[in-house]
Amino acid sequence: MATIRVQPEDFDIGAEVAALTSGRTDIGGIGCFVGTVRDSSASRPIAALTLEHYPGMTERAMARIAGEAERRWSLLGCTLIHRVGRLAPGANIVLVVAAAAHRQAALDATAFLIDWLKTRAPFWKKEIFLDGSEAWVAARESDEDAAARWSGDR
Amino acid sequence: MAAPAPLRLLYFAGLRERLGTAEEAVVLPAGIATVGALMAWQRGRGPAHAAVFAAAARVRCAVNQDFAGPDAPVGAGDEVAFFPPMTGG
Repeated sequence: MATIRVQPEDFDIGAEVAALTSGRTDIGGIGCFVGTVRDSSASRPIAALTLEHYPGMTERAMARIAGEAERRWSLLGCTLIHRVGRLAPGANIVLVVAAAAHRQAALDATAFLIDWLKTRAPFWKKEIFLDGSEAWVAARESDEDAAARWSGDR
Repeated sequence: MAAPAPLRLLYFAGLRERLGTAEEAVVLPAGIATVGALMAWQRGRGPAHAAVFAAAARVRCAVNQDFAGPDAPVGAGDEVAFFPPMTGG
């Protein structure tokens, strides 16, 4: 059963990995991805990102994505945490942790989870630039391509 | 006879800003029973709606918090959300 959280607060990566593995001896590999706020967008400096989401549906979509990863890679543990609200450059945005018996499953599941989180969970990023102007981040074709590569049979 | 139950419409991110509202309750005219028909009806509700829903390929939809395509059924009491392509992660 995956741990799914949507929260304004930061997360502690070490504590989340420890919680996932505590008391377990069957895990052989843990994949981890942390998304963070870059300080520029297309070489324009940004002051912050704001993350909006669809409460209720977000958690459902994340649970479905986690369930898919658990099934495909026989995961032994999975944690997805996504922050919302205003986030400054350098701040954590998202944490993906996937634990499996072997490294390839853990690494592949981690890549799958972040690719699908970016395109199949209802989150939207807005960039706040240093000059005070704002713009919603446009969805990228490359993100959709990355997500689509997991859609075929393995 | 009881009045028909309204449909709850939610808007997120850029769509919410362009339409100037996050949520509204509407009673659908007879004959509108799918997401596609609902989007076509939205285009006739004023200039902001027309502009947003004209670019149908850039509008995503969820019915009762599940992603829904143009053929998905909608009806009284449903929660229908419209939003741009997602940019999380």
